[in-house]
Amino acid sequence: MTAKKKLKVATTSLAGCFGCHMSFLDIDERLFTLLEHIEFDRSPLTDIKTCSPDCDIGIIEGGLCNAENVHVLREFRKNCKILIAMGACAINGGLPAQRNHLPLTTILEEVYHTSPGLANGMVPNDPELPLPLNQVHPIHEVVKIDYFMPGCPPSADAIWKVLTDLLAGKEPELGHGLMHYD
Amino acid sequence: MGLNEMHAEAVAGVVDRVINRYRRDPTCMLQILREVQEACDWVPPEAIDRMQAMLGVPRTKIEGVAGFYSFIYTEPRGKYRVLFSDNITDRMQGNRALMERLCSNLWVERGKVSEDGLVSVGKTACTGLCDQGPGMLVNNYAIAGLNLERIDEIAELIRNKVPLADWPPAYFRIEDNIRRADILLNADFTPGEALLAARARAPSDGLNASNMRSWREGLPSGIGGPGATLDEIKRSGLRGRGGAGFTTGLKWEACRNAQLKAGHQRIVVCNADEGEPGTFKDRVLLSKCPDLVFEGMTVAAYAIGATRGFVYLRGEYRYLLDHLNAVLAHRRRQNLLGKDICGLPGADFDIEIHVGAGAYVCGEESALIESLEGKRGTPRNRPPFPVTNGYLDQPTIVNNVETFAAAALIALRGGEWYAGIGTKQSAGTKILSVSGDCERPGIYEYPFGVSIRQVLADCGATDTQAVQVSGPSGICVAENEFDRIIGFEDIPTAGAFTIFNKSRDMFEVARNYVHFFQHESCGFCTPCRVGTSLLKNLMDKLHYGSGSPYDFAEIEKLNQLLQSMSHCGLGHTACNPVLDTIAKFRPAYDKRMMQQDFTPAFDLDRELSSARQMTGRDDAGAHLETEHGGQS
Amino acid sequence: MSYTFTLDGKVVPFVDGQTIIQAASAAGIFIPHLCYHPEFKPHGSCKLCTVKVNGRHTASCTMRAAPGMVVESETEEINAERRALTQMLFVEGNHFCPSCEKSGNCQLQATAYHLGMMSAHYDHFFPNRAVDASHPEALLDFNRCILCSLCVRASRDVDGKNVFGLSGRGIKTHLIVNAKSGRLADTDFTLADKAAQVCPVGVILKKRQGFAVPIGERKYDKAPISETAETTEGR
Repeated sequence: MTAKKKLKVATTSLAGCFGCHMSFLDIDERLFTLLEHIEFDRSPLTDIKTCSPDCDIGIIEGGLCNAENVHVLREFRKNCKILIAMGACAINGGLPAQRNHLPLTTILEEVYHTSPGLANGMVPNDPELPLPLNQVHPIHEVVKIDYFMPGCPPSADAIWKVLTDLLAGKEPELGHGLMHYD
Repeated sequence: MGLNEMHAEAVAGVVDRVINRYRRDPTCMLQILREVQEACDWVPPEAIDRMQAMLGVPRTKIEGVAGFYSFIYTEPRGKYRVLFSDNITDRMQGNRALMERLCSNLWVERGKVSEDGLVSVGKTACTGLCDQGPGMLVNNYAIAGLNLERIDEIAELIRNKVPLADWPPAYFRIEDNIRRADILLNADFTPGEALLAARARAPSDGLNASNMRSWREGLPSGIGGPGATLDEIKRSGLRGRGGAGFTTGLKWEACRNAQLKAGHQRIVVCNADEGEPGTFKDRVLLSKCPDLVFEGMTVAAYAIGATRGFVYLRGEYRYLLDHLNAVLAHRRRQNLLGKDICGLPGADFDIEIHVGAGAYVCGEESALIESLEGKRGTPRNRPPFPVTNGYLDQPTIVNNVETFAAAALIALRGGEWYAGIGTKQSAGTKILSVSGDCERPGIYEYPFGVSIRQVLADCGATDTQAVQVSGPSGICVAENEFDRIIGFEDIPTAGAFTIFNKSRDMFEVARNYVHFFQHESCGFCTPCRVGTSLLKNLMDKLHYGSGSPYDFAEIEKLNQLLQSMSHCGLGHTACNPVLDTIAKFRPAYDKRMMQQDFTPAFDLDRELSSARQMTGRDDAGAHLETEHGGQS
Repeated sequence: MSYTFTLDGKVVPFVDGQTIIQAASAAGIFIPHLCYHPEFKPHGSCKLCTVKVNGRHTASCTMRAAPGMVVESETEEINAERRALTQMLFVEGNHFCPSCEKSGNCQLQATAYHLGMMSAHYDHFFPNRAVDASHPEALLDFNRCILCSLCVRASRDVDGKNVFGLSGRGIKTHLIVNAKSGRLADTDFTLADKAAQVCPVGVILKKRQGFAVPIGERKYDKAPISETAETTEGR
């Protein structure tokens, strides 16, 4: 039996809480099995900062809250053959998107100008800081997404199921108990 | 006190007067709301308080009805409420520039009320003035033939607060523009003669007795005059003129045969809610030959044994109301309406006019009946059908204005005569509302079977690219199909005939229609309520240059879903203009498909605009590269 | 009289006047639905219960069963269409399940699970809708309203109160309450009302009850909606 070439998997968290990544780690010892089939590329787990151009799978946690999120998402789309949205925030904006009914100007005013206890408040304008978008967007609204893994976070078993389905060349499917939006 | 404020007592006084005139009848809710608004300029909360008390109906119901209709305002919209007609023909005639001119003259933002509360300027769906556009409504009264000069005059009148009644009468003159008349529009008709002819068809034995029985009890088998009249209608082959083309005789017979419950009566409804963009023939029929229409309704009442009739007149034709009521009053004086019509004992029938308030969906017969009952205009679940369970659960026929006019002539001259006109499958004539790119827009009545090419030649259309027949819910006909004919066997139509020459962008035509359907969806069922919005967003996405093959596939899928899952015809046909134009004018879409790959519907760089404004940044990092073509 | 029709090949008995969904429920067969409730007059608006009868789409909650009908329900085609309707409902409102008290007991969510909805697919509308916390005992979160009108029907037909109604048109259709102020506190609504019990999603919520049942023990944690629906009377 010839050793199959390992699939390159990149992961990132945009406007998320890293909870999905924590859940990913919760697959525990199954990680070893997984590592027989994949190797991690850009990921918080490897601390690699940029995607290799030939990634097979990109896993995105979190929605798009600011300009940097957009750059990272575009980098992933460019370098990954398959892109997976992982978790509620990537899929529908999640908690950060609950600001969407408020104008961003009102939010920034409130946070930096009018809140009590703010002395000399001003909106930070350092060019190093990414600017926030008017609204938080789910990632499928900006690039094409191939698969979705719902949950807040998706359980370790759900993540395992989706990844192993994909590795087996099957359409991922989550049955009762694994399919959760919360 | 502001312009839009009235004392609560004054409001209550208005409401009392209106409600009492409508016999405190909650089924007249929409009429009451409409008339209260005519007096108060809007429907203030105090008016709803009073209606709640006087009519004994819950507030949720009143607010629910008021909120459904575009022309009923529960927030102040100014003393002058200007609505520009926004059909594709109005666009082609330059309505946008005129609207901007008026807005800038009056210092008012489109869609908003001026700061002094004097005026609001907005847009509305086709007002049925396509042959003499651009058109507008001011406080629901129609003004046609707008141009810059008139817009400036109107701004001046509004600024000087001149009451609408004192505006120059010439503004409100609406032309009939009849370019080709045939049996209907040329009818040499004396009011009452169709009824007398119908009565004369009765077998001579026991004339009165048989008529009385069938009139009152609606006996299933045709005895005497009513049965003979129904036979003539069946013999004529008349089919409904509202678009669907159901056989009129069968509809009438089903209603006549429907069991009457105790206390119930049969109802005749004339559908004059002519809302399909590009259609205006009912407006002309009602203004030129109302007697023919009312007589047709009375013939129908005679044939099916109905005692009550309604005309549901679209709100845009409010200006016709007083004239039509005068004609009805005259007919009552002539004993052509009321009790013992034409001296026939038991022949009782009268007609009242209900005016709509800006809801296209009410042209659907069951939604129309809901609206007549004073409710939100939501199409009903069917079966049961109106012929058995219609207005207030009573057997009801709903027919188009033109159908009744034809029925009157059939009663007069016989079914055989009528069946000899037109084609084998499409008897009689069809009135077309011709507008768009041609020299002589207006009303053309032809025997069925006329080709598109013939109509184009007659109205002076040259260099024609496409004709939208029967409005956005109909079909878009391309040049290679101009030999097709108007008729149920080929292209059925409710009457709209909108012409586009080769300079027109058929994508923009379809986009205008999609916006129309999105605005007019009643919101009852999920697929149409959400689907028409999704479709609008997709068309806007193409328009702004972000379209890719992905979006095409999405449009196809949406169309499939709307056709299979929607509750009524509005949802079923909402994708038609897009599908037709994709199939026949593909280059207009290819031009828009600027992207190869999926592209966001919104402009990502614009998504940073608020943050740029708040931080004052404009460095490279404060921008996002974007493929998006324009604003959204 | 008793007759039969076939539903996905199974023979389903029915009696005169029964709709397809009623007969199916009585036979223990689940057809997805949201605005339908066995105790109320069918509404026919959500269209989730659409089936094919003799090849034609129709809402099974309003269509009377007839002898010999051939009904298709659990086909890939119909479920794909139902899934799309569910996705429409998700993007139309603001459905953030993780922060919703109804999560795990929500019919919309459970139906989406049943249909295998992995994402909402369309662009989200993110509408701006209010929350009404005025009532001492109940909360109204309009963000989650799917316009099924069950509360409208329950309040009108069972409670005799008309606390709820629908206003607006098209995509602007929205739920209103029976008070000049527009606040629930100014109506005669109580938790004992039928209308307080019927919301399939998380709009009408009893205060101080949120998240009382731990994850794993909520209604649809225990069994999928196809096996728990109240409408499968035959069980």
